[in-house]
Amino acid sequence: MPELDEDQLLHVSLGPQHPSTHGVFRMNVLLDGETVVSLKPVFGYLHRNHEKIAEGITYLSSMPFTDRLDYICPLTNNWAYAQAVEKLAGIEVPERAEYIRVITAELTRLINHSAFVGFFLGDMGAWGSALMYAFREREKILDLFEDLTGARMMSNYMRFGGCRNDLPDGWAAKASVLVNEFPRFLDELENLVTGNEILIARTQNIGALPKEALINGGITGPMLRAAGVAYDIRKVEPYGIYDRFKFRIPLGTTGDCYDRLMIRLLELRESLAILRQALDQLPEGAYIHPKAKIRNFKPPVGEAYARIESPKGELGFYLISDGSAKPFRYRIRPPSFINLTLLEDMCLGLDLADVVLILGSIDIVLGEVDR
Amino acid sequence: MAIDLKLAEDLKSQGVHVTSFESLINWGRASSLWPLQFGLACCAIEMIAATMAKYDMARFGAEVFRPSPRQADLMIVAGTVTKKMAPQVVRLYNQMAEPKYVIAMGACAISGGPFKDGYNVLKGIDRFIPVDVSIPGCPPRPEALLHGLITLREQIAKEKLLGQERARHADPKGPGDLPVPEFGAHDIEPAFNPDVWNPPSFTRDVSES
Amino acid sequence: MTPDLPAIFTRLRAELPAATLAHLRNPGPSGQDSLLVAPACLVAVCQFLHDSADLDFDLLSNVTGVDWPDPALTDAVALPAEGSAAAVGGFLEVVYHLYSTSRRVGPLVLRARSVDRAEQVHIPSVVAVYRSAEYQEREIFDLFGVKFTGHPDLRRILMWDEFLDHPMRKDYLAPDDYQYEPTPHDAVLEKAKQHYPATSES
Repeated sequence: MPELDEDQLLHVSLGPQHPSTHGVFRMNVLLDGETVVSLKPVFGYLHRNHEKIAEGITYLSSMPFTDRLDYICPLTNNWAYAQAVEKLAGIEVPERAEYIRVITAELTRLINHSAFVGFFLGDMGAWGSALMYAFREREKILDLFEDLTGARMMSNYMRFGGCRNDLPDGWAAKASVLVNEFPRFLDELENLVTGNEILIARTQNIGALPKEALINGGITGPMLRAAGVAYDIRKVEPYGIYDRFKFRIPLGTTGDCYDRLMIRLLELRESLAILRQALDQLPEGAYIHPKAKIRNFKPPVGEAYARIESPKGELGFYLISDGSAKPFRYRIRPPSFINLTLLEDMCLGLDLADVVLILGSIDIVLGEVDR
Repeated sequence: MAIDLKLAEDLKSQGVHVTSFESLINWGRASSLWPLQFGLACCAIEMIAATMAKYDMARFGAEVFRPSPRQADLMIVAGTVTKKMAPQVVRLYNQMAEPKYVIAMGACAISGGPFKDGYNVLKGIDRFIPVDVSIPGCPPRPEALLHGLITLREQIAKEKLLGQERARHADPKGPGDLPVPEFGAHDIEPAFNPDVWNPPSFTRDVSES
Repeated sequence: MTPDLPAIFTRLRAELPAATLAHLRNPGPSGQDSLLVAPACLVAVCQFLHDSADLDFDLLSNVTGVDWPDPALTDAVALPAEGSAAAVGGFLEVVYHLYSTSRRVGPLVLRARSVDRAEQVHIPSVVAVYRSAEYQEREIFDLFGVKFTGHPDLRRILMWDEFLDHPMRKDYLAPDDYQYEPTPHDAVLEKAKQHYPATSES
């Protein structure tokens, strides 16, 4: 390879306002012609000080803030935080509440993964059409969420020891209808996407890294499974009641952008399988532990780290309690942020247009990256 | 000069449309607003939802989101403006050509919203750029964004092109580029643009307590 | 599955006799005990945990900082090591959560503590062992002011480069850009009094 001439290199600043960066992410890219020589991400354009604010307010007051972390999937964020506090304080969750949590979390995964496909195709230049299909389905699921939580997006639904309110009358039946109709949309989406020649040409053999490098880089979630590592927290450390359901973990082989896309499409089918079982088995009972304390809640001194498999990867909360009503330390382990660690390694030597694609395939949400 | 409304109606029934140049210009502007494709945070998702099939912002002529500020006339500030982002927002505003309008979408863009206690959160984009319409909500529903858009269209329809009360873009001595804040050691400097915004002058009434 | 901390502790004692370690008990119900590691031997401990075939802690999931400004609080909450003297003047702490993807074990919690909060805030970087620490250590440097020695690119990550403070420290004072509120109370009321004097006191 010939020596690079410094004067011939081109500095490009992608973002923070750029149609492909999914928000206010910025990359300083150094190009040799079209080839990426160096890529340095710049963070912090949406650093909203969630952790600092949370250390100044009570435990429950942070629940609405978690909605705004990964704002496509508020309910999984709620769950991760509720689980961490339950671990910290040793709170039990009734069975019905566990089922409601699984149902809402898997519906959230449907929203996230179908929107992912839309945004990813948008990054490739198919702006609009695939996203329109995804958002059509999202609206149906949001109607369910609105029935249940009162809000389309910012649900603020889970409580320490259960959920805020019970399912409204007929909600489970409506959800079943949605779950039964969803495969039709999936077939439609897959027809539209998977065999497409342009998509295959653009995504195969792009952005792959060896498994060991991915694990070492802290990559989790669909990104890791696309490379063939069977690591899904729902299976390896079944939280809630995930050990009761029968579902498979789709695995890729190479971990390129195509595999990452396909993993999401396959995971949608598995989420539907979980949803069917959960809606069938949904028991009667309390939706929140009768002794769960809402007011004047003070967990004992100690610390806890709890994590869940959010649609983006491992979402963890680390809390230290000093026995008062406010957390002494409140830390979020954001999957979107840590999945970006290896972004430069994935992009080196590829074209600038592939950078946009690789960033899209990581599936980031800036609310979670910068917090 | 005012138009005789009755005469105009009579002519209209015969297929002749009479209008003022001002109304025609404003009608054109209001009916094809091109927003800047620029999402900051959570509200951006609802902004995208508003352009999609169910809400269909195209009905109001504002679905052509432009990635370049040079081609846009409407900036929808959709989400939390952080202090790190504020200079870029002002720069984008400066790069848009007049006439330009700003919608502050959501509690964060209006006042910092739930994150107003944050050290890196700007307490309202109106501290740096003039805002035409504010849409409360966290996030506002897509219907609320559409309502905000309609409100803006009504405002544009009333704009004056001449005289003392003419719109900013019709004034050749208009404000021009706004100063871009700089990163300081503890905060952005200045913390607000005094030509655009000043701290409200309230007096705290404590007689009741 | 939670790791068998006493066994790992004995193992590390045997393999790395020079390492200064302490087992910290977690008083809360979560039962996540941790291992206090002296900064000087942190990288060696991480390297061993990573390379050892039967332990195989290959995923460093979470790295975070904690600010302990107050020695009294430290004694009550920060789990002082058995037999060690209480810290004077507070310190900064970095907490690591390790997992093993092959053995499905975790979290193994490691902690490293700086000498004080002002000058001696150096902790060795583990990026050479675990790449996932790269951005997280930069974040801790930015928000807490821990200086990671040996980090390939230690710059601010969330705040801008010209920024001087470390906002996640407990004694950080945010810039005063109070916004008027119609119904202030508590701390906000105090701020309101500074910015807007009352018309009539009664």
